Amino acid sequence: MNFKGTHIVSVRDLCREDIEHILDLADGMIPIARGEKSSSLMKGKIMATLFFEPSTRTRLSFESAMLRLGGRFLGFAEPGGTSVKKGETLADTIRMASAYSDVIVIRHPQEGSARLASKFSDVPVINAGDGAGQHPTQTLLDLMTIRRETGKIDGRKIALVGDLKFGRTVHSLTYALAKFDTDLTFVAPPSLQMPPEVVELAGQMGARTQLANTLEEVVEEADVIYVTRIQKERFPDEASYKKVANVFKIDLDALENAKKNAIVMHPLPRVKEIDPEVDDTKFAAYFKQAFYGVPTRMALLGLVTGVLE
Amino acid sequence: MKELKITPIKNGTVIDHIEPGMALKVARLLGVPDPDAHSTVSIAMYVKSGKMKYKDIIKIEDRELKKREVNIISLISPNASIAIIKDEEVIKKSRVTLPKVITGIARCSNPNCITNKDEPTETEFTVLGGREVKLRCMYCDRLVDDIIESII
Repeated sequence: MNFKGTHIVSVRDLCREDIEHILDLADGMIPIARGEKSSSLMKGKIMATLFFEPSTRTRLSFESAMLRLGGRFLGFAEPGGTSVKKGETLADTIRMASAYSDVIVIRHPQEGSARLASKFSDVPVINAGDGAGQHPTQTLLDLMTIRRETGKIDGRKIALVGDLKFGRTVHSLTYALAKFDTDLTFVAPPSLQMPPEVVELAGQMGARTQLANTLEEVVEEADVIYVTRIQKERFPDEASYKKVANVFKIDLDALENAKKNAIVMHPLPRVKEIDPEVDDTKFAAYFKQAFYGVPTRMALLGLVTGVLE
Repeated sequence: MKELKITPIKNGTVIDHIEPGMALKVARLLGVPDPDAHSTVSIAMYVKSGKMKYKDIIKIEDRELKKREVNIISLISPNASIAIIKDEEVIKKSRVTLPKVITGIARCSNPNCITNKDEPTETEFTVLGGREVKLRCMYCDRLVDDIIESII
């Protein structure tokens, strides 16, 4: 694919070759992301960051990516004080921002907002999360983490654990992993299990899928344990939340039978899903995962603005 | 003498092979009854049919359907056929075909979809065929819960 001018709205718009190309370029960006090497790749370019709802990692890593590549950014971290609060449509905000910048990064609480933005923008739009919808850059950094920390994606056995029903990152990740040769196990309490249409579509795309209720069932086999946050508000009362939260908690006991080179991932922020005692073990890949957001977003910014091919 | 369940029309449109029991819904979506129209509309339900066992039929005098209306029929009755009648002769007859994409016809059933906000855009859905027609919102990716209820 020629990425120049392409909107990145959903990871489903990308084929396997596109994903691998982005990850290859992201690998090369690591020394720049770490500040070990300087770059002026994006010199003279402006990124508009339109964050209609708060975000820490995503916004900061986009801004870090742009600054490390010698570019600049403008925008807002929350809509208070902007014309959005005065009732301006998203379409008009996008038309305005596209006149002021070379690339737009948008996070918005409504599903489909990034797709809408792409229709009204003259410059490429990157979706940084639209409500409960898509979050393609998170998926790409997740894939980068699996590839770098386990050596490859093909052939990997991946257990997705926690809130698989409402978690936006796990749906996108499932579709992306299904483009590779992977075994996916969805580990969740029945009320938070992966929606059947996602499991079905992943199967049709070629992934081998299975469901499980407890981590013990899969921990010995898994190469990757991808943990998500279980939100309290999904449960009728505190007691039923605690019961589930304890079953899916990752600590050293839970990892006792894990493969030696297995990794634990988490999109962060974590609450109590992963005990801090795991942080200093070789299993912990979640902080590296957060770092990989920077090189991944560098690669994408370079590609869609046409400074990289 | 053979009694006709619905008499032939002189000019207008015959929608045949509608899924049995769906004729009133199709009629409603076509704006029938229209208080300002005075042409005859005939509706027959559960008519015996060799191909379908049972079918519904609608005949509307003095009206040709617009493309948007044909698309609506295809969504809720994908086997329907449409004949245009002029001077009691069938001048064109064709089966409806499912469009790949529909624009501006349906509303997304996800209340948090951006197309349900006050934005200057039309809804767009990918039409998924199969045993049952499904619509997937091209903005938020969700499947429409009830196609008939979603039609604008």
